[in-house]
Amino acid sequence: MTNNNLLLQIQDLDIRFTIDRREAPFQAVKGVTFDIPTNTTVALVGESGSGKTVSAMAILGLLPENSIVAASSRILYGGRDLLKATLGQMQAIRGKDISVIFQEPMTSLNPVFPVGEQIGEVLRLHMGMGLRQAHERAKELLAEVGIPDPQLRINSYPHEMSGGQQQRVMIAMAIACEPKLLIADEPTTALDVTIQKQILDLIAKLQDRHQMSVLFITHDLGVVGEIADHVVVMQEGLIQEQGPVRAIFEAPQHPYTKALLACRPRLDRRPRRLPVIDDFLKGDGRPHLEERQRGTDPGDQIILEAKALTKTFFLKEGLFGKRAVPAVKDVSFRLPKGKTLGLVGESGSGKTTVGLTLMRLHDATSGEVLFEGRDLLRLTEKEMMAYRRRIQIIFQNPYASLNPRFTVGQILLEPMRIHAIGKDERERVDLAFQLLSRVGLAPQSFYKYPHEFSGGQRQRIAIARCLTMKPDVLICDESVSALDVSVQAQVLNLLQELQDEFGLSYIFISHDLAVVKYISDRVMVMNDGAIVEIADSDEIYLNPKQEYTRKLLASIPKGWQHAVDLT
Amino acid sequence: MTASKELRDPVPAVIPARAGIPLPPPPRQESPGLWTLAWRRLRRDAVGMVSLVVVVFFLLMMAASYLGLIAGDWNKERGVSYANPAFLAGAENLEARALQGREASKTPPVDLSDIDPLAPRYKEWEERAAKIAVTEVKRSDTLPLGGDKWGRDVLKKVVKGSEVSIFVGLTAAILATIIGTVLGAMAGYWGRWVNDFLEWFYNIFTSIPYILLILAFAAVASASGKFGKGILPIILILSLTGWTGIYRLMRAEYIKHGNREYVKAAQAIGASNRSRMFVHILPNVSHVALVQLSQHAVGFIKAEVILSFLGFGVPVDMVSWGTMLAEAQNELVIGKWWQLFAAGASMAVLVTAFSLLTDSLRDALDPKIK
Repeated sequence: MTNNNLLLQIQDLDIRFTIDRREAPFQAVKGVTFDIPTNTTVALVGESGSGKTVSAMAILGLLPENSIVAASSRILYGGRDLLKATLGQMQAIRGKDISVIFQEPMTSLNPVFPVGEQIGEVLRLHMGMGLRQAHERAKELLAEVGIPDPQLRINSYPHEMSGGQQQRVMIAMAIACEPKLLIADEPTTALDVTIQKQILDLIAKLQDRHQMSVLFITHDLGVVGEIADHVVVMQEGLIQEQGPVRAIFEAPQHPYTKALLACRPRLDRRPRRLPVIDDFLKGDGRPHLEERQRGTDPGDQIILEAKALTKTFFLKEGLFGKRAVPAVKDVSFRLPKGKTLGLVGESGSGKTTVGLTLMRLHDATSGEVLFEGRDLLRLTEKEMMAYRRRIQIIFQNPYASLNPRFTVGQILLEPMRIHAIGKDERERVDLAFQLLSRVGLAPQSFYKYPHEFSGGQRQRIAIARCLTMKPDVLICDESVSALDVSVQAQVLNLLQELQDEFGLSYIFISHDLAVVKYISDRVMVMNDGAIVEIADSDEIYLNPKQEYTRKLLASIPKGWQHAVDLT
Repeated sequence: MTASKELRDPVPAVIPARAGIPLPPPPRQESPGLWTLAWRRLRRDAVGMVSLVVVVFFLLMMAASYLGLIAGDWNKERGVSYANPAFLAGAENLEARALQGREASKTPPVDLSDIDPLAPRYKEWEERAAKIAVTEVKRSDTLPLGGDKWGRDVLKKVVKGSEVSIFVGLTAAILATIIGTVLGAMAGYWGRWVNDFLEWFYNIFTSIPYILLILAFAAVASASGKFGKGILPIILILSLTGWTGIYRLMRAEYIKHGNREYVKAAQAIGASNRSRMFVHILPNVSHVALVQLSQHAVGFIKAEVILSFLGFGVPVDMVSWGTMLAEAQNELVIGKWWQLFAAGASMAVLVTAFSLLTDSLRDALDPKIK
């Protein structure tokens, strides 16, 4: 490859952050070198904290103030070193030559301006277009990114659009000035699988049509197989492996790459335990061949049963009017003891509402929830206290579900005090330490605050909190969705071990079908608040009866068609 | 900046725990509570510690003055009228001289003993008067921080005045913050009719002009006489009218936090409503209340001036920074600036220190800020 083919060269990039003046700066990126050729998609893959986003932001000169870039680092673009460019030069490049799409479209768009105006602003700024011209071009761009009826939608405000549409608007803004390089920072992580597929297809299509290069940043190696040409795998600020996508998927050299490929649950097999990074870095990398049998028996003891569960929200309309928005419509299911019921659907399908209603965190509009024969929805608040302990929930966002002002110790002791578990404080503290070690956290964690932990560790704390009450039923509401694939595998393994050990019954809510397939005995597919299909796990994946189920299955990222068989 | 954040505190490596493997005995240490940790963090904050020392100094001064240990004799007229401050000893004091001149010319200019029927008795009276010991105090020309019109020591007035001002300002601010927080928490947390009712109440309250409201309260408080005279009515007036802003902010915070997952999680483990409102949410929104507390304390110290001016403030036999500032208006015209300076400077120092202290306290109470 000659130099002319290279759009951007990153050479020996070294970035440090001054966090505490008393300590040496923390090195986030350690001598990273890679090239972005013209008309190519380069995927930058790694877990949170691997330095992938920092490297990409260095290209745009958007590093925070406490960062130090080593003098030997170079980012060459068009014969210039971007690290030495002045602010004026960088502003001319940002948005015009190099543009970026962020993870959260909701927070990246300005809520008080119509989307057309926001796209137009970029055009007027960089392309010197007039108002009318920019408006017309914005309309074309919206059509190009697949927004239906752009004539009308150009005047929509961001909140009037769905998450997927907002991300399309972000993409329209990013490609407005025909950039040579598009940086996509986890553009699909916050989106549903079906939408993720559409956005990935769109980026691939635009890349081809505009002959631009794309730097695609993600934690999920699975999604890049279909769109990337070249893959760079980063871990802890270092590049562990880089190469053409074919080589990475078919013959990964570094154990870390192998681990990233293996830890995502697959549809075609179900090991007793998911492989995790440590298996590959420390072990031989192929320990879990035994398959787990899933499924339910008609003779299973039923612990929880929902009958015709309905929940309707009322939105205020006008001065006195109310509009009924049905969130859950006539949902009935049974949860066998010691088994897992998976609940799949896109956002807005009502799956979370089902979970919250079962626990009476929402009041149901009608229906019954029978727990060992008693209808939970008819109990008084006092009678419910006895059952609260036995049904517990783990929320999606491990950053929001732990009180930031409580130490882990306080978080674990609180439910035990409320339910008078343990004879005295000493016994409770003992139990808390046992549980911390059971979920794989160090004893010192007891004295720390939640913000001192990573996402996966916080989810372990949330699990330990539930375990203090020795529940029978655990509702996992998108409990692994916010985690990196590698961490997700660890938490899934932990949940499975706990089920084997304590005979817990799970209701596992997720939009990720591969995960649900892996962990569930029975799967319930929801759409628009109603059940689409309910069947045993293998059955639903092998013989989906409904069109909607088939559509969901088709949108799972395939990775690489000939993904390496690690067995 | 996830990268830097996560690696900021080295998190212990995950221990693979499997059933059956005996666990090592957990190391025990005293678990520091939120307040212990907050105190440790505050100690590292130089600005916070200096402010704390200043505030504590003012509080001690206030307590000592209340107990009569210092400035008990603030009412004594020690100096000449508008005595100069010690550091301006040589400056001319026209007012004092004019007054002395008037006293000197008091002797009657004409001898009326011939026609005065009481004249024969003057001698007897003078003799009797001489037996009564009259000690003429020598009024000093200078006082440490100068004197007021009556020759009272400004320094002592400031000390004595702090008693009323700080007590009124702080107590009223704390009361108003408590009222605002509790009502705001109820409206924001419970929503529905509780919210409707409190919002309605708040709207009516804020639709009345502030001064009018204060006057109405003051009229009731002094007419009924139930709260007595003195500073208690002022505290009640200020706190009962001043909670509205705090209520509005706390209500918004409670609406925001009431739907957060950590509160839902607390409900899931069976925490009571009261525990969720005040154990879970309150520490997370306390910074709003603290900032409001400091701002209101400042506002109330100033409001006491207005009340005193309108005649609802402190009685004439007491002194406060407010009354000193009111007096200082007239003095400033004739170039006597020290009373204004003394009251203004002490107020500025206390208020600045108090604001900085609440700022530091807010940071110290947030475990995320190192």
